[in-house]
Amino acid sequence: MSNDAAFVEFQHVQKSYDGEILVVKDLNLSMPKGEFLTMLGPSGSGKTTCLMMLAGFETATHGEIMLDGRPINNIPPHKRGIGMVFQNYALFPHMTVAENLSFPLEVRNIGKDAREEKVRRALDMVQMGAFGSRRPAQLSGGQQQRIALARALVFEPELVLMDEPLGALDKQLREHMQFEITRLAHELGITTVYVTHDQTEALTMSDRVAVFDDGRIQQLAPPDLLYEEPENSFVAQFIGENNTLEGVIKSINGDECVVALDDGSEIDAKPVNVHAAGDRTKVSIRPERVEFNKDRLHADAHTLKATVKEFIYMGDVFRFRLSVAGNDDFIIKTRNAPDAIRLSPGQEVEIGWLARDCRALDA
Amino acid sequence: MTDATQSGPMLAADGTPLKKSLARSLRRRKLRALALIAPLLLFVLLSFVIPIVSMLFRSVENGIVSQTLPLTVVELQNWDAESGELPDEALYAAFAKDMVAAIDAKEHTKLGSRLNYEQTGMSSMFRQSGRKIKRLDPEADAPFKEKLIEIHDGWGDVNIWRVIKTHAVPITNGYFLNAVDMQRTPEGAQAQPEDKRILIKLFGRTLFMSLIITGSCILLAYPISYLLANLPMRVSNMLMILVLLPFWTSLLVRTSAWKVMLQQQGVINETLVWLGFVADDARLVIINNQFGTIIAMTHILLPFMILPMYSVMQTIPPTYTRAAKSMGATNWTTFWRIYFPQSIPGIGAGSILVFILAIGYYITPEIVGGTKGVFISNRIAYHISSSLNWGLAAALGTILLAVVLLLYWCYDKIVGIDNVKLG
Repeated sequence: MSNDAAFVEFQHVQKSYDGEILVVKDLNLSMPKGEFLTMLGPSGSGKTTCLMMLAGFETATHGEIMLDGRPINNIPPHKRGIGMVFQNYALFPHMTVAENLSFPLEVRNIGKDAREEKVRRALDMVQMGAFGSRRPAQLSGGQQQRIALARALVFEPELVLMDEPLGALDKQLREHMQFEITRLAHELGITTVYVTHDQTEALTMSDRVAVFDDGRIQQLAPPDLLYEEPENSFVAQFIGENNTLEGVIKSINGDECVVALDDGSEIDAKPVNVHAAGDRTKVSIRPERVEFNKDRLHADAHTLKATVKEFIYMGDVFRFRLSVAGNDDFIIKTRNAPDAIRLSPGQEVEIGWLARDCRALDA
Repeated sequence: MTDATQSGPMLAADGTPLKKSLARSLRRRKLRALALIAPLLLFVLLSFVIPIVSMLFRSVENGIVSQTLPLTVVELQNWDAESGELPDEALYAAFAKDMVAAIDAKEHTKLGSRLNYEQTGMSSMFRQSGRKIKRLDPEADAPFKEKLIEIHDGWGDVNIWRVIKTHAVPITNGYFLNAVDMQRTPEGAQAQPEDKRILIKLFGRTLFMSLIITGSCILLAYPISYLLANLPMRVSNMLMILVLLPFWTSLLVRTSAWKVMLQQQGVINETLVWLGFVADDARLVIINNQFGTIIAMTHILLPFMILPMYSVMQTIPPTYTRAAKSMGATNWTTFWRIYFPQSIPGIGAGSILVFILAIGYYITPEIVGGTKGVFISNRIAYHISSSLNWGLAAALGTILLAVVLLLYWCYDKIVGIDNVKLG
C-alpha cells in the first residue's frame, strides 16, 4: 500500500508524560481504509497511549498523526468523528439504552425521526432491538458490550477505536463477541483500531497486528506471519507458545545456519536477525514443529538428546515437557491422532526439526 | 415425584417446617447482635429519645390549671362564659379553697406565670392576691365573691375567668396556636394582634435563609468538589486538608473570626476604605444582619456540602466524559448531559445535610445575626432559657421537626432517598 492510500497514519510520533521517559518512541504506522488493525502488547507498552492520541485524549509530544490525509493533532476529540468502545463500556447509567445510542446523534443535530430510525437499526444490528428502554445496569456484561458497540457505530464513523472491549467478559462470551465484532467491522467496511493484551484475540480478529513493546512497534504483520515468522525474540516469546535455546552462531550459509548451543550440541536454524558467525543468538522453535519421530526428519538433520519430564494430557493435543540442552521447560505438542506416540516421564528421546522452523533471533 | 405431591410448607430434614427451623437458627445471631448494640441503644434511649419525647409532650401538656385549681375547674363547667356575667358564689368558694391550698404549696405563682403567657398581668395578679387570700379561711369567711373582688378587682373581671376556663383543659393546642401567631380564646382559635405576630415571619425567614445558604453552598462547593475529584491524588489530598481545616477548628472561633472580618471597623471594611472603594462615613453594614448570617453560615456549612459531592464525583469514571466527547459532544454538552446528571445525588445529599443543619442552627445567627438575622432556633432558645415558656419552645421545636421531616419526605418523593450518597 502506498502512503497516499493511508487512512490513518502515525509519523514519527513520540509521547512523554513527565518529560523524562518516552512511553511512545518514534511510532510509524500507516493503515489503509477498511483495515482491522490490532495493537497488541503487554501493559505499559504504549499501545493504549497510541489509541488515546488517535482519539484525541492525549496529545503527541512530537510527530504528526494524520486522519484521511489531514493532520489531527490540533483537532479536539469531539470534532474527530471517531467512534470509540471503552474497556468498561462507559454506557451512561442515567440514560436508557436508546437514549445512550441517541446521544451522539443528538449532538450532531439530527432530527428526531432520523434519530429513532438510526437507533433502531443500530440496535437490530447487534441483535438488541428489544432492549431500547432498559437501563445499562439492567443488562448483562455481554449485552452492555453490544450496546457500547452499537453506540460507537450509530453515527457511522469511518474509524472505530476499541480499547480492550472484551476484557471483562467470560471466555465463551468473549469468543462469540470477537466473531461479532469482526463480522460487523467487515460488513460495514469500518477501519478499526483494536487494543488488547490478549494474543488470541489479536490473532483471530485482525487483518494486521502491531506488537508493541517498550514504546515501539516490534513487528507489524498479518497474524500468520506474526506467528510463524517472528522477527525478533520478543515477538517470538509474546505470540503463542515458544521454546527458546541460547547459543552462538557457528556458521551462516545463505538461508541456513548452524548454532552451537551453550552445552556444546549443534542445531540447524534459519538466520533471521543474526548477521555473522560468533553472534549470540536465541533460537525459537514452536512446540508443534518439534519432531521426535526420526522418520519424518532429513537424514542429515541435527538432533538433540532430550529427557521427558512431564506428560500433560489436554484432550485434543498431548503436551510434553522435556529437558533439552540445559533447558527444563522445553515444550513439545503433538496432535492426539490414532498413531500418536505417548512418551512417559524419564524416557530418553531424540528430537529434531526442519531448519526453516527454527529461527535464530537476536539474543 | 414427592416434590410434586407435597403440599403445604417446606419441611426440614427432621420434619419441622423449614421457616421455623430457619427462624430458630437465626434467633441466636439476632440476640447476639442485639446484645452488642444494647449499651448504645440504652444510652440513646435514656439520653436522647426520652428527653425529646417528653419535650415534645410539653408542647400540648397543660395539667397545671386543673391540678392547681381542681375544684374551680369543676365549677367552671357550670358557668357559661358567653353569658357576660360573673360566676356565682359556688365558684368563688371553690376558687378560694383551691387557692389557699395552692398558696400553702407555693404553686399559685407558677399558675400565674403560666396564665401570664395568655393574658399579661395575670402573673402579678396571682402573686399580689396570693398574700391576702392566704389569710382567708375557706370555711368561716364565706361568702367570698365580694371579698375576692375587694382583694384584686381582676377577680371581678369576666375576661379573667374566661381565660382561666379556656386554659383549664389538660391537653391544649394553645402553644401550637401561639407558635403560629394565633391564640386560644373562648371563641376558638384566633389570630394574635398585629404587633405580636413574629413567629411565622421568623419561620419564613429561617426557611428562606436556609435555602439561600444551601444555594450558595452548592455554588461554591461544586467547582471545588469537581477539582478534588479530578486532580491527582497527592494534590487533592492537600486540598482536602484545606477543606477540612476549618472543620477541625472550634465553631465559636470561626464565628468570632467572621465578626472580626465583617464588622464596621473590621478587616473587610478597613481594606475597602483604604483602597478607596468605600467612603469612611459609609462603611458597609455586613454583620448583625441577614447578610452576616448567610456569609458565616455558608462558610461553616460548606464542608458538609463538599464531602458528599466529592464522594459522589469520585465515583464518576473519566471514561464517561471521554465517551461523550468521542461521540461528538462539546465540553459543555458533556458536562451538562453526562457529568452533571450523575453528580446530582451528591448535590442532593449535600443539600439535605446543609439545609437541615442550617434550619436548626443556633450559635452562629446568635453571634453574627443581630436582630434581623436570627433564626427560629434563637427564639426557641429564648423561650427555653429566658422566658421559661417551655410549652411554646416545645411547640416551636415540634413544628421545626415536622417541617424537616416534611421536606425530607418531599425530597424522597422527588429525588429518591436511595439516590443520596454520603460517602
